[in-house]
Amino acid sequence: MAKPSVAVYKFSSCDGCQLSILNLEDELLDLVGAIEIAYFLEARRLIQPAPYDIALVEGSVTTPHEAERIQEIRKQAKTLVTIGACATSGGIQALRNTANLDDLAMAVYEHPEYLHTLPTSTPISEHVKVDYELWGCPVNKYQLVEVIQALLQKRRPNLPTHSICLDCKRRGIACVIVVQGVPCLGPATRTGCGVLCPANGRGCYGCFGPAPNEDMKTVLATLAPVERFPGEVRGLLTNISNNAPAFRQAAESLPPAPIQTTGGQS
Amino acid sequence: MNQDIHIPALARVEGEGALTIRLKDGAVNEILLNIYEPPRFFEGFLHGRYFQDVPDITARICGICPVAYQMSSVQALEAALGVTISPDVRQLRQLLYCAEYIESHALHIYLLQAPDLVGYESAISLAADAPDLVKQALKLKKIGNDLLKTIGGRSVHPVNTCVGGFYRWPSVDAIRALVPDLEWALQASIDTVKWAATLKYPDFEQDYEFVALNRIDEYAIYEGDILSSKGKRISPLDFEKHYIETQVERSNALHSHTADNGTYFVGPLARLNLNYKKLRQVARETARGIGLKLPLRNPYKGLIARAIELVHSCDLAVELANAYQPQGPSFKEIKIRPGEGVGVSEAPRGLLYHRYVVDEQGLIRFARITPPTAQNFAQMEADLWTLAPAVVKQPQEEASLSFEHLLRSYDPCISCATHFLNLKIER
Repeated sequence: MAKPSVAVYKFSSCDGCQLSILNLEDELLDLVGAIEIAYFLEARRLIQPAPYDIALVEGSVTTPHEAERIQEIRKQAKTLVTIGACATSGGIQALRNTANLDDLAMAVYEHPEYLHTLPTSTPISEHVKVDYELWGCPVNKYQLVEVIQALLQKRRPNLPTHSICLDCKRRGIACVIVVQGVPCLGPATRTGCGVLCPANGRGCYGCFGPAPNEDMKTVLATLAPVERFPGEVRGLLTNISNNAPAFRQAAESLPPAPIQTTGGQS
Repeated sequence: MNQDIHIPALARVEGEGALTIRLKDGAVNEILLNIYEPPRFFEGFLHGRYFQDVPDITARICGICPVAYQMSSVQALEAALGVTISPDVRQLRQLLYCAEYIESHALHIYLLQAPDLVGYESAISLAADAPDLVKQALKLKKIGNDLLKTIGGRSVHPVNTCVGGFYRWPSVDAIRALVPDLEWALQASIDTVKWAATLKYPDFEQDYEFVALNRIDEYAIYEGDILSSKGKRISPLDFEKHYIETQVERSNALHSHTADNGTYFVGPLARLNLNYKKLRQVARETARGIGLKLPLRNPYKGLIARAIELVHSCDLAVELANAYQPQGPSFKEIKIRPGEGVGVSEAPRGLLYHRYVVDEQGLIRFARITPPTAQNFAQMEADLWTLAPAVVKQPQEEASLSFEHLLRSYDPCISCATHFLNLKIER
């Protein structure tokens, strides 16, 4: 039986989620035994012809070319999985979406004609049907292995969606909100990172995006009294997963930032 | 050969680029290094952010060298805010940087460049014929990542770095437990240098201007003055006066030149050539063991320089991990004041410059980041021009490989180089 073929694509991103595949040091050689890595530019020169069984897509759509390219990739793949915060929600670069001066900045590039960029950074799911989404900045590499294994075994992947907060309670990590008086997005953020920030004595900044069905109003009411400076909670929401609807709407309900991000000007 | 050479997507580099060589009457007429990796405008996002968000955000410029971005940003912000870090914080930052050098250099040596030198399309194919070599490479890389994870929480985009120090000291036991692995990595690195010396490199030497950080008391990675092989030594505060970036058509990255419009070369070759005497003794002995002659002026031999730096980084990591016994708080309390600061460090790929202006509320008013690959682009193009006349006589596939190999040997990080664009705003 032919091995299932996997293609890894990059859109606007930092390469960190693809690197997570190469960081599976103990599993990598077994993985390439079980699947055919048919397209993975960062790792290999060889390109097998499409179609592919699984497409793993890193990065968000920020250029007209990317918007066209994702359509082609979707046609060539049986199953499409977004890997990481950029592909799944638009990434940190989606901060440009709400920038007030965006049009101005675009109009006054030194050489705007050299640039081919869109005013927004959007998740893959705004362009094509996505079969599975992996959150995280970067993804949890073991969640990635779970998705590939599940697809090979023709079952649904087991991807928990409870909040970070629950993980802290289970592991007995002292609550940074209660004990240190530090704002933490853990009550609103999806599990997956391994509770990194609270375990390091700091508040979560939402790398894994919103946990479904969390009541953001309650979360904001809990965090408001512990802000150490004005806008601290808004800063957590307008970070890695700023374009995820639950975080974006929560941020919009707060007072605006004193200085607007400019979406590109320095 | 009379056909143009078009490489639509460069493989085994970080980020996306293409290369076209156009011929006219059999001679090289045009070389287009097209960086189509989209810009992400980080300097725009930083505008208005609270200073303590910066190391988390700049890490996202590059998944392969997030520590470098964190180290240059925290140093720039500490300078702006007048913060002096404790010696223990500096040592832990050095150890964190060692971890990044180990994982990044192991990745580039074995997975990205070596396949060109041993005639494989990738380390995946190489693993079928030389499984032990690839397993050793992966183990070496993993040890770097484990150290990164122990200090920073995770290997890609670690969370423990803050302006003023670290959010928390990693436990002494956890750091000490890594020593046996680091000792293994040191030996594996020495073996890597010996193996690197047996490879056959393309014959290609140029009279480069090398630029790297330099310090009297150590092999400069974490901080230092900026030294050029042409003898110029400047303070990091003067970097922008001497090294100038311009926007180039067909490229979403900026290109840097020296003030007199020359090209220059940053990265492991520059560091090794300028700072050889400051290397750890075992790294120098290993270099002597292979009969290394300096200066190394062959970009393909950047692989040897990386391997020697691996030895240095593993040896330093063993010492720092054994000595790790942090005292006092893991970070300095920061009193916000308006200011401006510069931070430079040596990313695995070369000099990484950051400058920020902070206002009285601790918000970023200005950010400037110059990554190593943007500084090397002009030199890479110059090398392509030098190489091209001979290479275009080769058959198409061979010629493509030759050009690709040259570019890969620079370890370009295209994601880094296109994190922003330099915009002029008229108000």
